[in-house]
Formats: sequence, C-alpha cells, structure tokens
Amino acid sequence: MYKILVKRQLNEQVTLFVLDAPFVARKVKAGQFVIIRIDDAGERIPLTVADFDANKGTLTIIFQAVGYTTKRLAKLNVGDSIATVVGPLGLPTEFGEPKKAIVVGGGVGCAIAYPQAKALKNMGVKTDVIAGFRSRDIVILEDEMREVSDGFYLTTDDGSYGEKGLVTEVLKRLIDNDKYDLVIAIGPLPMMKFVAKTTEPYGIKTIVSLNPIMIDGTGMCGGCRVSVGGETKFACVDGPDFDGHLVDFDELSRRNAFYREEEAHACRLGGINNG
Amino acid sequence: MADMSPKKTPMPEQPPLVRNKNFKEVSTGYTPEMAMAEANRCLNCKNKPCVSGCPVNVQIPDFISKIAEGDFKGAYQKITENNALPAVCGRVCPQEMQCEGKCVRGIKGESVAIGRLERFAADYYMQNFEKEIPVIKKNGKKVAVVGGGPSGLTCAGELARKGYDVTIFEAFHTAGGVLVYGIPEFRLPKAIVKKEIEGLEALGVKIMTDMVIGKVLSVDEIFLMGFDAVFIGSGAGLPMFMGIEGEGSVGVYSANEFLTRINLMKAYMDEYDTPIKRSNSVAVVGGGNVAMDAARSAKRLGAENVYIIYRRGEEEMPARKEEVHHAKEEQIDFKLLCNPVRIIADENSRVIGIECVKMELGEPDASGRRRPKEIEGSNFVIDVDAVIMALGTSPNPLIRTTTTGIEANKRGCLVVDETMQTTKDNVYAGGDAVTGAATVILAMGAGKKAANAIDEKLSK
Repeated sequence: MYKILVKRQLNEQVTLFVLDAPFVARKVKAGQFVIIRIDDAGERIPLTVADFDANKGTLTIIFQAVGYTTKRLAKLNVGDSIATVVGPLGLPTEFGEPKKAIVVGGGVGCAIAYPQAKALKNMGVKTDVIAGFRSRDIVILEDEMREVSDGFYLTTDDGSYGEKGLVTEVLKRLIDNDKYDLVIAIGPLPMMKFVAKTTEPYGIKTIVSLNPIMIDGTGMCGGCRVSVGGETKFACVDGPDFDGHLVDFDELSRRNAFYREEEAHACRLGGINNG
Repeated sequence: MADMSPKKTPMPEQPPLVRNKNFKEVSTGYTPEMAMAEANRCLNCKNKPCVSGCPVNVQIPDFISKIAEGDFKGAYQKITENNALPAVCGRVCPQEMQCEGKCVRGIKGESVAIGRLERFAADYYMQNFEKEIPVIKKNGKKVAVVGGGPSGLTCAGELARKGYDVTIFEAFHTAGGVLVYGIPEFRLPKAIVKKEIEGLEALGVKIMTDMVIGKVLSVDEIFLMGFDAVFIGSGAGLPMFMGIEGEGSVGVYSANEFLTRINLMKAYMDEYDTPIKRSNSVAVVGGGNVAMDAARSAKRLGAENVYIIYRRGEEEMPARKEEVHHAKEEQIDFKLLCNPVRIIADENSRVIGIECVKMELGEPDASGRRRPKEIEGSNFVIDVDAVIMALGTSPNPLIRTTTTGIEANKRGCLVVDETMQTTKDNVYAGGDAVTGAATVILAMGAGKKAANAIDEKLSK
C-alpha cells in the first residue's frame, strides 16, 4: 500500500498528491511514469510523474478528475492509501544538449511541462514556457512555471487571463523571432499535434509525451501502441516521449477514445492528455 | 486386472451452450468413484513410458495406484514429490503430447486420463485436507526470483523446501504470471492459483508485488541487497502483431490485452472498474491455446460470431486438442487455411471486417509442419467488429537491457547453459524468458532444474 502524504487541489478538477513510494522515488527520472491502481476492484492507469524526492522516498502525481478512476482518486485524502504504484516505467526524457528551448504545456499537461522546464533550467538551458488554458479559473502552477522560465507566456482560449488565443500562436511568434533548438509539448493530443505541425517547417526537434491506454506498462498488453514514423511503437517501453513530427496523432486520438462510450468512464487516461 | 475399456472415463462438463455464456469452469472434475474407475485402467507398466513424457518426472503409475486404492491423500503426496502445482498442471498441461501421449493404453484406444486424475487428486486434497507445512531448516542463504509465473513459483517452492530464504519480485499486483493474466477462469479457476501461491507463502516464500525488475531495481542491485543467486523467470510477454494494413484501427487488440483485461482485471464483472468492449463479431487470429482462450472468452462476453482464423489446418494447430474440441462445442467458427491480409475499418477507423486469403499446405518447413501458401485470388471478407491477434509473444527485454553480462539470442531469449545458468555468474533463468512462448509445465520443469542447480552451486 502506498500512502497519500500531501493533497493539494490545484483547481476544481486538478489534484496533486504526494505519495510514499520509496522504491520508485529512488529510481525515477523526468519523463517517466507510474501505473496506479486504487484498490482490488480498481483499474490500472498510467500517470506521468510530476516530481519526486529520492531522499524522502516520495513521488508527486497531478491528475485531472475526468475519468472514472481519476474521479475516484480525487476523493481520497491524506492518510488514505492506494493499492498499487508501480514504476518508474518508460524511458526518461532525452533532452540532448539544447541551447535554447521552449516548453509548451496545455491544461493539466502543465503538471508535466513544469518539471521538464525545471530540468532544462537546472541543465543551464535558456527556457521559455508557454502555458495554455481554457480560461482563468483553471490556471495551475503559474508561479512555479514563471520561476523556472526565462520567458513566460500564458494564454487562455477565452482571453480571461493572459493572452487570448492558442499556444501555437505564441509559439510561432517566438520561433519566428529567435533561434530555438528544442520544443517539448505536453498537453491534449490536438495541442501536441499542432505544436508539432508549427515547428516542423522550422526543423526544430519537438518532443511530445504520450499517455495512451495501457494496462501493465511493461510492454505486455500492446494496448499503448502508437504509429511513429510508420513503425509500431509501444508508448510504455519505447516512450512515453516521441518525436512529435513522426507521431500519427489522429490514429492515437481514435484509439484513446475507444472505451469512452463503454461506461461513465469518460476516459482511460490519467488526465494528462485530455485537456 | 486392469479395466480394459478402450475409452477414458468421461469428465463431467457444463453443457456447451450453457458454459459459453458463463466464466465458470468448463469441466467439473471426477468424483472419487470416477477417479477410481479411471485409475483402474492403468496397466502399471514396469518401464513407465508416461513418466518419461513428464517434464517434471511425476511418478505417474505410483500415484494412480494410490487413487485406485482410494488413498487420495497418498496420491496427492506422491505427485507433489515432483510437482509443486498439480491442480494447475492437471488442468493446463498438453497431456496428449506428454504423459498421455506415451501411455501404452493409447495405442489401442484412449490413454489413461492422467491429467484428469492428477487434477482430481489435487482438488480432493485441497477440499478435504489442510495443507501440511513441513518443518524447514533454514540455511541462511537468500535467493531472488524475478517473476511470479510458473517457472518462478516452482523455483521458489523448490528452494524454500531446501531451506533457502526466497523472495519473488513480481511486476504485477498479483503473483501467478500467465496463470492469472492469461489462462481464463473457465479453464483454471483463480481461486486454485491463489491457494497454490498461499501454499508457497506458508513455506516462507516472500512475494513483493509491483516490482518491475530492470526498472525499479537492477539485477546487480538485487545482489547488493544480499541475495546469493537470482533466478529470472520473466516470461515472454511481448505480443506480436502481423504488420498488416489496418492493425492500428480501433477494435484491434493483442490477445494479451484482451485476456489481461478479463482474467487479471476481471473486466467481465460489474464490480471491477476495468472496461472491456462487448463486440458482436470477433476474429481471433492464431491457432494456439491463447487463441482458443481469447475466442472462448469473446463468446462468453456475448459475441454472436467468433472466428478462429488460422493459416494452417487443424492437424497443425498448436493448441491442446481438448481446447479445440471445447471451442468447437461452444460454437466457435474455425476458418482454417486462411490468413488475414488486411483489417478493414470505417471512416472513424473502427474495425468493420477482416480480409483473408485462402491457403494450401505445401512442403514441410523447419518446424516439420507443412508450409502454408496463399491461393491467389481467393480473398474474401469476414464482417467483424473486433480483431484479436494471438500470434505468439517474445521475451521481455527489460532485464537484459538493464543488466550487464546477460546474453540473449537473436530472438531475445536468454542464453543459459545446461544448469540453467545465464552468461552472468549466479544468475539463472528459465521458462519462456529462455525458450520463448511455451507451456506452463515446461516452465515449471525449468524452474525446478534451476532450483537444483542453484542449490548445488550455493552448497559448495
């Protein structure tokens, strides 16, 4: 059993947990994920690790209560335990040696965009962050992201806060005016797709973090397969990061929607990629 | 004098059209009377050909004589001298290719029903006796077992009985491996697997779940934790796909995914959260036990039409005969000598059909089976809304890619010597991780062999 040590409500739908998971905390690196299961009746869902403290043996996960399991999860409180936390799964992010980077976060995807920006900052990379939200009331981690970025740009779809418009508009402006050699995008699939489309003509390396349907997270079920550059890859062992210019986002969107009508389980995802 | 009836004592079963709507066990097992009658068919051959067909050397005529005498406890004890999981093996071993295939009675008529008798002895013992826990003198040595499937469980059990302090590192939240995620409830009730595992825990075996070795701990780190030897039984978990058009469509699964949702996650029961799609017409591609399991599970989930699509003929099918027979009884439609060429999807990328081509058998290939060849222009389409790929699996690379000094062959199978030791000192391996996808009993045999080798090495 893995105890919930801290619970913070980041907005009405997005919750942060700090979990006691010493084995995973010792090994995990930025970009990796865990699979959690609430109890014996629960399903296994993947969640990207937002932060960790190897010394304290803790992991931070941030999730949006959109599906059956994430809604159940959000009801738990400090002191409660969950049955399974297994990881660290997937490969850590390969940042390479960029000189100047942009990290784009969309909605709850900012939960992962933030640690990525922090990791780049710690590597001494000049990093701009673009964070997009639907509206002011769901903005999360603004101060944190501002702190680790050289330039910080916030957009809302309805203009209720920051700049009105899409993250891709800011992205286009930035890459038109300056030289960047890495873009990392984490958010809803359509957002990642259009970020990749925006950077493609510029030839800027673009990493996206995928979070498809999976069960075991070790390559066994094949549920998480994605087409990348015409090849079938398993997000759980070959990813979750992939070259955004090669991912077949449309196929992935359709596969991710597979169980949506099944029950009230709106979605199988941990809420990172659904926006 | 042995009963010379040419046929096995029939096994009571749920009627086909009843059982294909539930997940309860297909065969309900022999009664003591049936078991004794069947045991009387054994000739008690001096040279015991049946034993030579058993990968773990169960003393078959001896245990059968005990059953014939009505000493069911004695029969169970006889089996467990060599086999740690008799209730499992009695149900899932391909007996016709092993013990029963060598039975003298099989020459004229049917062999003795060794599998059914093994199952009877195990079930009878479980239902009527408390498992006796032997007093074990600990030897102070520690062995780590990676993977809680058939090979790992067997290796752990053997070593625990010899006095080793054994810890199983299991990646899933429940030990059992393919016995819990792969083989369905209607063929192997999970309560039985659970009981067998509890038996191991009673011997002092520790099980750590949620531990993906290669990720959370490396094999080298396991040694640093004070273990003297490591056994790797991580299985062959990676599903293969065909690489044909439309495989990325919505409604195409690996058999692993489909069966794991049902067996491990219990998606077919309302009180469990994991979802499963209930399809109307399902094509299962493949001819092994996993294909039969997937097809029969799909039927039980309510599919009206379930097809097995296999590129060779029935003779060449690797599945147990009994599974093929049961599947047919349950109205699974066999499309033999057919091979899929593409999966057809609608404008929303949902599966609506599978296009196949008819095949004919040519000359035997390397496996000794006749090679199937396409018959040009014989393409046809079957309307389906789900396709399950049961084409086999390959070993999981997580351990060999994170441990230095463990070599694998081209197919990703770990290389071992005659004592089951890998190319790394004190690291042993067995089961599907070494052989590629094979049977439960072969994995158990390997686990047992490795346990003996580990004991020999560490006792020096």
